[in-house]
Amino acid sequence: MIRITFVLAAFATFASTPAGAQLLNQDHGQYSRADIEAGQRLYGPQCQVCHGATGDGVAGIDLRLGKFRRVTSDEDIARIVTSGIPGVGMPPFKFQTAELTSIVAFIRAGFDPASAAVRVGNPDRGRALFAGKAECASCHRVNGRGPRLAPDLSDIGAIRTLAALQRAVLEPNESLLPIHRPVRIVTKGGETIRGRRLNEDTFTVQLIDDKERLRSLTKADLKQYTVETTAAMPSVKGKLTDDELADLIAYLTSLKGL
Amino acid sequence: MTHTRKALALLVGLLLLAANSTAQNVTPERILNAAREPQNWLTYGGGYASNRYTPLKQITPQNVKNLEHQWVLQGQVLGAWQSTPLVVDGIMYVTERPNDVLALDAKTGRAFWVYRYNNSADQRVCCGANNRGLAIHGDTLFMGTLDAHLVAIDAKNGQPIWNTTVADSKLAYSITMAPLVIKDKVIVGVGGGEYGIRGFIAAYDVHTGKEAWKFYTIPAPGEPGSETWQGDDWVHGGASVWVTGSYDAELNLTYWGVGNPGPDWNSAQRPGDNLYSDSVVALDADTGKLKWHFQFTPNDNYDYDSVQVPVLADLTWQGKPTKAMLWANRNGFFYVLDRVTGKFLLGLPFAKVNWASGLDKNGRPIQTPQPVGAPTWPGNQGGTNWYTPSWSPRTQLFYFSAWEGYSSIYRHEEQQWEIGRNFSGGGHKVVTPVPDAPGIGIGRRTPVNNWTDVVGHGTVIAMDPQTGQRRWAFEQYDVTDSGMLTTATDLLFTGGREGYFYALDARTGKQLWRAALGGQIVNGAVSYEIDGRQYIAIISGNDLVAFALRQ
Repeated sequence: MIRITFVLAAFATFASTPAGAQLLNQDHGQYSRADIEAGQRLYGPQCQVCHGATGDGVAGIDLRLGKFRRVTSDEDIARIVTSGIPGVGMPPFKFQTAELTSIVAFIRAGFDPASAAVRVGNPDRGRALFAGKAECASCHRVNGRGPRLAPDLSDIGAIRTLAALQRAVLEPNESLLPIHRPVRIVTKGGETIRGRRLNEDTFTVQLIDDKERLRSLTKADLKQYTVETTAAMPSVKGKLTDDELADLIAYLTSLKGL
Repeated sequence: MTHTRKALALLVGLLLLAANSTAQNVTPERILNAAREPQNWLTYGGGYASNRYTPLKQITPQNVKNLEHQWVLQGQVLGAWQSTPLVVDGIMYVTERPNDVLALDAKTGRAFWVYRYNNSADQRVCCGANNRGLAIHGDTLFMGTLDAHLVAIDAKNGQPIWNTTVADSKLAYSITMAPLVIKDKVIVGVGGGEYGIRGFIAAYDVHTGKEAWKFYTIPAPGEPGSETWQGDDWVHGGASVWVTGSYDAELNLTYWGVGNPGPDWNSAQRPGDNLYSDSVVALDADTGKLKWHFQFTPNDNYDYDSVQVPVLADLTWQGKPTKAMLWANRNGFFYVLDRVTGKFLLGLPFAKVNWASGLDKNGRPIQTPQPVGAPTWPGNQGGTNWYTPSWSPRTQLFYFSAWEGYSSIYRHEEQQWEIGRNFSGGGHKVVTPVPDAPGIGIGRRTPVNNWTDVVGHGTVIAMDPQTGQRRWAFEQYDVTDSGMLTTATDLLFTGGREGYFYALDARTGKQLWRAALGGQIVNGAVSYEIDGRQYIAIISGNDLVAFALRQ
């Protein structure tokens, strides 16, 4: 086994740069468990010597946690693997499309065959979807633009895994953090207030209302206080194609904050 | 004006006020006219004059005994908490060590959001992970960081909007002051005076973070003032700027105090006056060009930073209305300057001084260096320091924290400058009655006062700028780093290292009320109003406490 690996790696190193780096189609924006496991089998002999068992062997890169220096999308990863990077020790590898797909799947699964490997498409197309078809920008704010009704997403790619991002856009109700739950309030003075909860304690509640004002209210002054468990956000399921979903995820994961 | 028109004007005014109370959009006009909205605290100094005076009148000498605490915010990070909160339409914004920002309901102290800035690992500061607060423009907050960045933060959700590198933290530049917003610019200065930086004050576009102007507090060769330096001493001559400046809109001048030259304690190593160290500089707010300067301590041998807040006061001086600047300096002298021209009007010691025998007619000190091993007065932390003073236009008195009975013995040593390394040129020791007795440090270290008043104590001085003499003094047993707040009812709020928070009669210095808060008080109180109720907020130790009258 070791001998075969060596030969394969040596062959890959001296192969000429292929023109394209195709990936196989995946179901519902995720890679299959079989792909992830196949990727795991390839990673050990092919990649681990430099990138390490936990994916953080090269400075500035953590494959397992999705931290890269040059790539964003799955196609980017496939291209780098296929072409290599001259001068920095990353050789070109000559993989079959299925092998390439499995390597990407293993990386995207966070090196864990039991978890889901989320497809990551093109972030520029994802940005357009965010503002357009997916209608995210009508509530969410990014880098100082957009409303503050929903949580600011400027650094969402730094604080959420790919799987969590995908779950959030497909199943908003299953992902809505309790603190972010929408509230509906009627004060004893008769004012109706709708907003997103920011903080709460036994006697008071803090929120940002639908006019984007920070409000702090004393519960004793309220006639009605309802915390909704349904997210105001619609799912993108049925609205975006699998490719578009991958593009949207690519954009979200690219949002790393300042 | 007819009655109808008056009524209409009043109505429009009220409507504007109502709009403001929810809009939270802090325009430059609002900051300029901060005195018209005493319910808020919009800048570090409570307005461009930095005189920390509130027009609010609900709390009076008669009812101050009925103050009770409304809420406490427990700080999350231990260490001297030097921040001055801003209060905008019921919301308080306050920084915490090292560079955290909190938005609070100023009525209950409950938090809306927290922003945490990650400083780079190479940040370097002499005297603790301090931050003294924020500035605001529109719905954007500004904070300087220990690693010398300037960050714009969305006041509504605590998200950073832009982040500009002001200076290289690897060279030991840092920012600890609250920035100052003037028109569409946000202005900061840099710390690092103990590390051989070249200090500067710089302005940035509030919307983009792009640098608009930069004024070096040490002129480059060939520039005016460069003749006060020799060789390449100017490259690492210090002159840091670590406390917020002031602004006179009529003159369009912004005033900033400048810190010590480096190396701190070895003036022989940098011959010359070392401009603009230990000076106040008056800069054009649009261009950063120097209009005038006044140097308090030329060729400083004692680390007498002049980073006190420039307090702007309109006085009648020798019968004439005068735009003045009041300044109790770390070097132990109290000064009155003409802020139009920088002309010296008055200067007298407010504490024991022996490093100079007095000031000449231009305000230049006649220096009298003490023999090697002999005490120098005031000691290293100064007769006063960065502690925010107050000027009450009602009492016409200037209030500040002073250290008395405190001196140091300095060592002056030659030191090579190395990038990012301490460049102090010697050292100092607080004079104690017996060898190795505890002295006074930068902050209070223990609840037992084992240094006692024989090495120094704190005094609140009420200074009459017309005479340069104290009208009254309020003495404390330990020293004090506390700022001042005066009110339109002639109350003076201040504190000290012992953890007492006082309300004094601003006219007489008589103690009217005190609360034992326990932790040292190293900032100045602020006042604001919500729903017709006046609040006083102060930080003691790790607690931010808000007081109001018992209902």
